[in-house]
Amino acid sequence: MLANLTAMKVAVCVKQIPDPADPGALDPQTKTLRRDVKLILDESDSYGVEMALQLVDNAGGGSVHLVSMAPNDEVNGLRTALAMGADSAALISDEALAGSDALGTARVLAAAVAKAEPDLVLAATESSDGYTGVVPAQVAELMSLPSVTFAKEVSVQDGVATVRRQTEAGAELVECPLPAVVSVTAGVVEPRYPSFKGIMQAKNKPLEQLRIADLGLSAEQVGWAGAGQAISEITEAPARTAGEVITDEGDAHERIVAFLQELKAI
Amino acid sequence: MKLKKIWVFGEAGADGLATITLEMLAAARELTDTVEVFIGADGSAVAAELGAHGASAVYATGDLDGAMQGVAVASAVAEAINSGRVEAPDAFLLGTTYDGRDVAARLSVKLDAGVLSNVVELRIDGDRLVGVEPVFGGTINVTAGFTNGQPDIWLVRPKSFEASPVEGAPAEVHELGVPDLGSAGTAVVKERFTEESEGPKLDEADIVVAGGRGLGSADAFALVEDLAQRLGAAPGASRAIVDAGWVPYSYQVGQTGKVVKPGIYIACGISGATQHLVGMKGAKNIIAINKDPEAAIFAVADLGVVGDVHKVMPKLSEALANR
Repeated sequence: MLANLTAMKVAVCVKQIPDPADPGALDPQTKTLRRDVKLILDESDSYGVEMALQLVDNAGGGSVHLVSMAPNDEVNGLRTALAMGADSAALISDEALAGSDALGTARVLAAAVAKAEPDLVLAATESSDGYTGVVPAQVAELMSLPSVTFAKEVSVQDGVATVRRQTEAGAELVECPLPAVVSVTAGVVEPRYPSFKGIMQAKNKPLEQLRIADLGLSAEQVGWAGAGQAISEITEAPARTAGEVITDEGDAHERIVAFLQELKAI
Repeated sequence: MKLKKIWVFGEAGADGLATITLEMLAAARELTDTVEVFIGADGSAVAAELGAHGASAVYATGDLDGAMQGVAVASAVAEAINSGRVEAPDAFLLGTTYDGRDVAARLSVKLDAGVLSNVVELRIDGDRLVGVEPVFGGTINVTAGFTNGQPDIWLVRPKSFEASPVEGAPAEVHELGVPDLGSAGTAVVKERFTEESEGPKLDEADIVVAGGRGLGSADAFALVEDLAQRLGAAPGASRAIVDAGWVPYSYQVGQTGKVVKPGIYIACGISGATQHLVGMKGAKNIIAINKDPEAAIFAVADLGVVGDVHKVMPKLSEALANR
């Protein structure tokens, strides 16, 4: 996989999600997320895309390949990432994928990533909508690769990734030979905005559309069939009610002090 | 009905077992009479504390010597179960932590078992375990369980259960051998860093004062620190200002950061994005200061102040100082 050390191939797993400003809803009948809304690139994934572009740049060349799984042949979010500068993309869209859990998703992504034979696989630590936070390490396990999750800094030299990783206590410095899977936290880099030129170029970049059969997967391994989970109930969570709202006229701090006194905090 | 056996993933730091581990032990005791722990560390060091929280046994790998928790612990557990040396539990509980997620992910592949994440409630429903996962920023609760006959893997959100010690003998220590990890095990921890922070811990403090983008600049976070210090509170932050590099990640409250449930949460210049609300709306009392009257944070605040943090906070600190 590391035939040419100066040309680094990075695969980035990205998710196209409903706009958080208009998230759609959980359908109580089918118990799945209604995805009839337009999907956009998960903001969390813009960090992985940016990191990939920078690593390829630092390596002196290479390519960034996107892998995404989404319903209805959705490519809007992929076009955004291509406009940022990624070179190519693969979209896996298949009716059999409806209801996929994290493991089913990881099976699809791992199979699609493997086709690209990358030196490095990047992903966000978790999606903004599902936030299970397990897919990157599942992809690594399925591909028998090492993984470093929650990366705050990543550099690559001589086929080894050096990663500063978030931990409960602080951080740890991890060395990991490539190929490997690394999940990056938001804020790890400053994602670039697509330029007008980038947006125009993105329209002509290779975008491969795949079904699960193209990946050697069967319908039993993914979707509802593969998930082995059943939702028994969907309820509205008890909402907090808004309390008193005042407008500061120069004395609002007094009301806060009084409230803190009521609560016996002071 | 009770489950036969539950395994809880143990995590320990310099000052003993992590709170999330103790919380899960308390949760597990309600669901089964046999609670055991698996841990990627030395077992004898924590056996007494585990026993005092109701665990009868701890399966420990010993010091992992730089190997990553995820791949090492998951491989050791899968090996023990697949070889028949240890009977598989009905369910695994792991914290929604950095290492907890890694172990759960690797284990799910090895056992071909699903994972349900961010669980805040667990109960027996008929003959199976179900868990409650809040979605859409906690506005909807989804109750779900597993149907494929494999051991359940649950990722439990911190602060969802309360730790409660019981009188128990030290947990019996069993060795959990780590097999050859092959290509998946080549990542090595070279160095560990501890982020020192003064004052109360963010996820344990009775009062949290948190700042957001409305502060305007990194320097203005001093307003948050000053107020926190006067109240004996822990300072916290929204994801926006952590991403902007104003404060370290360890300050972050929210879906990706820490879940806090203090008695009082004071949100300063925080708009109340879903990702933030998930981490703090369990607070008993919420005070919010924000200049945008439409900010989502006001919908969950017990006391909302529409105003400029740069004006209200210094006056508040001064008033507290003069008391």
